Amino acid sequence: MSAIIRIEHLTRIFDVSKPWLNRLIERAPRALLTAVSDVSFEIEENSVYALVGESGSGKSTIGKIIVGLVPPSQGSVLIEGVDLATESDAAKIDAVRADIQMIFQDPYASLNPRWRVRDIIAEPVAARGGATTGLAEKLLEQVGLSAADAGKYPHEFSGGQRQRICIARALASGPKIIVCDEPTSALDVSVQSQVLNLMSDLREELGLTYLFISHDLTVVHHMADRIGVLYLGRLVEEAPRDTLFADPKHPYTQMLFDAAPRMDAFGREVDPPKGEIPDAINPPSGCAFHPRCPLAIDRCSRERPEMRRLGDTRVACHLAE
Amino acid sequence: MTATPVLSVRNLVVEIPTRHGVLRPVDAVSYDIHAGEILGVVGESGAGKSMTGNAVIGLLDPPARIVSGQILLSGQPVHTLRGDALRRLRGKRMGMIFQDPLTSLNPLLTVGDQLTETILEHLDVSPSEARKRAIAALEEVGIPAARDRIDSYPHEFSGGMRQRVVIALALCAEPDLVIADEPTTALDVSVQAQIIALLKRLCRDRGVAVMLVTHDMGVIAEAADRVAVMYAGRLAELGPVREVLTDAHHPYTAGLMASTPLASQGHRRLRQIPGAMPRLGNLPPGCAFSPRCDHVQDRCRHDPSPTLDTCDGRAACWFPLRSQKDNTPEHDQEAEA
Repeated sequence: MSAIIRIEHLTRIFDVSKPWLNRLIERAPRALLTAVSDVSFEIEENSVYALVGESGSGKSTIGKIIVGLVPPSQGSVLIEGVDLATESDAAKIDAVRADIQMIFQDPYASLNPRWRVRDIIAEPVAARGGATTGLAEKLLEQVGLSAADAGKYPHEFSGGQRQRICIARALASGPKIIVCDEPTSALDVSVQSQVLNLMSDLREELGLTYLFISHDLTVVHHMADRIGVLYLGRLVEEAPRDTLFADPKHPYTQMLFDAAPRMDAFGREVDPPKGEIPDAINPPSGCAFHPRCPLAIDRCSRERPEMRRLGDTRVACHLAE
Repeated sequence: MTATPVLSVRNLVVEIPTRHGVLRPVDAVSYDIHAGEILGVVGESGAGKSMTGNAVIGLLDPPARIVSGQILLSGQPVHTLRGDALRRLRGKRMGMIFQDPLTSLNPLLTVGDQLTETILEHLDVSPSEARKRAIAALEEVGIPAARDRIDSYPHEFSGGMRQRVVIALALCAEPDLVIADEPTTALDVSVQAQIIALLKRLCRDRGVAVMLVTHDMGVIAEAADRVAVMYAGRLAELGPVREVLTDAHHPYTAGLMASTPLASQGHRRLRQIPGAMPRLGNLPPGCAFSPRCDHVQDRCRHDPSPTLDTCDGRAACWFPLRSQKDNTPEHDQEAEA
């Protein structure tokens, strides 16, 4: 297996300053929000790579950079060896673009209510001038809906069915990679299991690669082969699924696992984690997690830990062993 | 338990008249909550969980209305109260915590103003005493430097801190009953753990009865004493949380548990419940779950929908699942460890 996506030292900084005149009057400095900071990882072909983290950890931003919705500030994203941001050969860019699609969180907001399902699904192909006859019907059956649904409008479907339509649209251009940004967090449990099973089946049938973005550890555990844990825009730990869950190395990963509610932990008394995610505009010095970390030493507040390799795990912590 | 329950809901029916006929988002629901107890109410969206909570606290949006049944607060009927009488009760005897902490606070008033207003409205104290109590309430829910933060506006707090303010607001008049409607759904995992721990502590220390509405089975397992599972406006199952979650009697509860990914199962395929919950205007005759049920028999499709009383008292099902405890002892051991 080879890496289909290679991400190297990816950084994205958003300018969230107030308008020029306000800054002048209030003498306020520019405010720069570092959403993604020096993140590197690789995704193997035909695998599921999951990014987990709490809100503000930069997981959605990485997804958007990969599909090209947001350009990176520094670093590079290589998809099948092509860097979309710097590649000058239009034919190459075009070929890669067709290979990568995205599924969004909210199936109510990501389908145009004025378009028929047939047009929604065929759009990625129609936009490139491809033949779309019968395409929507075939895809609808593939995702467990009926071909007769092609003439309907999105409002005629439930949340789970809409997410199936979104999946059908993502499959239309015959992609190799699908970026799934919280694909089931807007769905109920019984519908969520239907969608997750469908995604697993499609992956096997079509040999897809998923980048699975989620905050739900149980869903990630169910779907992923390899997991990256993000905290405040930084990759703090990365490991194969079983290794990560059996032996989390980073104190943040351990905290996240302890805090997640468990269905078999009746009346469990948790010692809840302290503090909240700090402000990304003024992140803490050194390791971003040190103000909340139970193990923090002096060095953690001064020096940002490098990614280190420990067995199968890569971890960014001075103390992990 | 012989003491009068803090909240007793008896055969509650809520109806919404529409152009296409009358909908019943809550249909013959009965349960009790005792002092110091957390009752978890779970179900999928549209199951009637929030509507039940809103009916109890008298916040049904017209045209939704209670058509029959009783709501008793410490034995007193409250479903008949209107206007001022209801307003005096709401806040004083019953507190409410909503899902979104940003929209349930007034952005134009400081949190101190909002707390003292509630305290002055319901308790007979002087304004300076009310402010003291407001600070104490903020300290109790774990807001650091409460004395300095009390004059801040809601937007100056983070999401988790705002939810703490909402909890302080619900508790400041010392109610007997708190209805928490998805209190942690908008929050991150680590903050969620903090809020759940806080709710449990307040419930235990103050003997408040809590109705915890959520769709997250993990939250229910950790926080609730008993759980009510709702489906299409009806109670599907009601019982102690450990028994319901590990040994479900209703096929819907069993399906719900099986379709939740569990860490111990790895990549195994999830069991799925086919189809989706029926719309309220389009309920099947008989048991509402019958079209999706694996164990469906003729009686389920024809006989009027089963209730807890007509069945075994735990599940509203004509053919409740046999106890499977003997087959799955490892599940129990895990929970005890």
